[in-house]
Amino acid sequence: MANGFSGARICAAFAASASFFSTAPAWAQLGQPRDWQLGFQEGVTPIARQMIVFHDFLLVLITVITLFVLALLVYVALRFNKKANPKPSKTTHHTLLEVAWTVVPILILMVIAVPSFRLLFAQYDFPEADVTVKAIGNQWYWTYEYPDNGDLTFDAVMLEDDELKPGQPRLLATDNDVVVPVNKNVHVLITASDVLHNWTVPAFGVKVDAVPGRIIRTWFRAEKTGIFYGQCSELCGQRHAFMPIAVRVVTEAEYAIWLEKAKKEFASAPSGKDELASKNASQLAELTR
Amino acid sequence: MAGKSAAAGHHDHPTGLKRFLFSTNHKDIGSMYLIFAMIGGIVGVLLSIGMRLELQEPGMQYFSDPHVFNVFTTAHGLIMVFFMIMPSLFGGFGNWIVPLMIGAPDMAFPRLNNISFWLLPPALLLLVISLFVPGPPGGFGVGAGWTVYAPLSTSGSPGPAMDFAILALHLAGASSILSAINFITTIFNMRAPGMTIHKMPLFVWSILITAFLLLLALPVLAGAITMLLTDRNFGTTFFDVAGGGDPLLFQHLFWFFGHPEVYIIILPGFGLISHVIATFSHKPVFGYLGMAYAMVAIGVVGFVVWAHHMYTAGISLNTQAYFVAATMVIAVPTGVKIFSWIATMWGGSIEFKTPMIWAFGFIFLFTVGGVTGVVLSNAGVDRGLHDTYYVVAHFHYVLSLGATFALFAGWYYWFPKITGYMYSEFIGKLHFWFTFVGVNVAFFPQHFLGLAGMPRRYADYPDAFAGWNYVSSVGSYISGFAVLIFLYGIYHAFSRKEKAADNPWGEGATTLEWTLSSPPPFHQFERLPRIK
Repeated sequence: MANGFSGARICAAFAASASFFSTAPAWAQLGQPRDWQLGFQEGVTPIARQMIVFHDFLLVLITVITLFVLALLVYVALRFNKKANPKPSKTTHHTLLEVAWTVVPILILMVIAVPSFRLLFAQYDFPEADVTVKAIGNQWYWTYEYPDNGDLTFDAVMLEDDELKPGQPRLLATDNDVVVPVNKNVHVLITASDVLHNWTVPAFGVKVDAVPGRIIRTWFRAEKTGIFYGQCSELCGQRHAFMPIAVRVVTEAEYAIWLEKAKKEFASAPSGKDELASKNASQLAELTR
Repeated sequence: MAGKSAAAGHHDHPTGLKRFLFSTNHKDIGSMYLIFAMIGGIVGVLLSIGMRLELQEPGMQYFSDPHVFNVFTTAHGLIMVFFMIMPSLFGGFGNWIVPLMIGAPDMAFPRLNNISFWLLPPALLLLVISLFVPGPPGGFGVGAGWTVYAPLSTSGSPGPAMDFAILALHLAGASSILSAINFITTIFNMRAPGMTIHKMPLFVWSILITAFLLLLALPVLAGAITMLLTDRNFGTTFFDVAGGGDPLLFQHLFWFFGHPEVYIIILPGFGLISHVIATFSHKPVFGYLGMAYAMVAIGVVGFVVWAHHMYTAGISLNTQAYFVAATMVIAVPTGVKIFSWIATMWGGSIEFKTPMIWAFGFIFLFTVGGVTGVVLSNAGVDRGLHDTYYVVAHFHYVLSLGATFALFAGWYYWFPKITGYMYSEFIGKLHFWFTFVGVNVAFFPQHFLGLAGMPRRYADYPDAFAGWNYVSSVGSYISGFAVLIFLYGIYHAFSRKEKAADNPWGEGATTLEWTLSSPPPFHQFERLPRIK
């Protein structure tokens, strides 16, 4: 038990020192969870912020309802226990009360429904795309394509612990980040090559299943630069916890530079996909033999 | 009343193997269900403690292969749903108490009752076997989650483990369908003279509604997993895109079963909590008809909300909007129930015996789980919370805490009736407090983890999630210890042998089972009671 506490403390100390040495300390808390975090990650898209505002409204509402029920329970326990009230009443009906506790919840739900539908429809209100990225889920890494830029395609594989550079978070950092420009509408087309996966970036308020045979579209408009992390959110087998999503939001100029570099770099780079696929195939062959 | 004359049930009282293996007696079958559920529950708790051990600290400590962790989550879910909660609340208490409450000598189809129970041990056996045969490439067991989504359950798990799990679900499903038929027939046809449908105790109402949900939902599951089976073995492509199928079809079929299933789990608890609260408040249930029809409404609406489990699966905007609206409707009858329970206590003369304390805990924890359900019903927010620990916290508050607290309320409420012995109030209350503290410490922090973005079904997590995971693990060990207190309580009651009165709860307990001896005779109500 004591071990666990010290372990947590070491982790915290490590995270603190990592952010101290990081070249961009302003990013350190953005786009990834913090120790002992209680709420959502900070939203950097209009949708994420709208979602957080709506959630905070719901949180107040449900806290009040829960405390109200708790208060009633405490009151009946104190006021109507055997000592305080030795003679029970025989009341079993109160029409007005019964109508009230049916109608009031309906009214509350209608109050919830308005901002709820506004948020839902906003999420599906696709603006014109400035950049389109295709994300393909594989067991257990992501393949990204930039269909506007010819055959630019690369794989993003999680960095193992010994590959991490200082400041890179464990289980979140990948070898190749998805790079997109800031303040631009990015459409993401999401699909999968084998089983279900889910492309998620909490700070963007985006979460979409990757379904084989379907292309599902979402969008975001990141308003801050930085690296934003997410993790596969649909059970996909053994290494489900080890295929993170890392999106680097950069200025438009940096994006143009990256694009040129990436076109050259990934033109000839061997894909990690073949290696993994052959490994899986040999395991499968062994199994079915 | 029939209590005394019923003691004459001497003409058919088999013993040993004949009594249990060939049993046609609803009380013996109910007891076997309860013992079976206890075994399932202990295994399920051990699996959950295994997971919490691994998640106590970041990094992989106990599981060298994360697939084994997935196998644990899958087995924990399936066992708790099919081999713990359902056999105890529906099978166990349903069998034991429904015939007693409606004044019937036994169930309508005693032999069907026998096969309903005896299908379950082979089902559990098949599930256990699945753990030891190949599943996905290089691994053993089913790691596809209790939802067994295709294609992870088809092309993703080529080994025979998934087939064993599918057949386990088939057997468990057949068992439940048969017992549902039995309960519906019994409740419709074997009520004592004078007990009209609107005089039926609420627990009987809840079992009747649950039986209808089972009868309608389980064949859909059976169809879905049969399609999985043929996709896996006979070359069909229901869920395979390459052959014109669609993985989303499986999700629709699964949740058309899966959502009613969560009401199948909780409804019997709703019913029995009403009795516990009325008994210990010394007051009749407030708004009886409202309570009964609120359960009917929950059952009906429960069938038209399934795709709220699929907001991120790529269903259209208008479909999502419909399911948001439909899902929120369920909050209304649920609210009616919560407030009616409190109104039942209002003006009462409450005795804080162990079952009543569990019922208090149930109302509060179910409310917490209910309101987070309202949050999740909104597709817009669910976009941030789907498949995170927030969802895990939500469904454990309504199931692990809601249904299980109802189960323990029922356990202590009917323990004297079923066994004939009194339990120890001290041990019962100790059991409650350890469980209450343990589960809250385990599950409340999971809301924070989910909001911060921690996905569920993860064997390892980024270091920032370490703090709350540690707390959650400590909570799970506390609730694990509470299980030991529960088991000791049973041992204590059976070794102390303090005889329970026919009606240990006094005038508040008005249903027919309290008119019989404790334990009731082997065959009761040989002369039917009359309800005025």
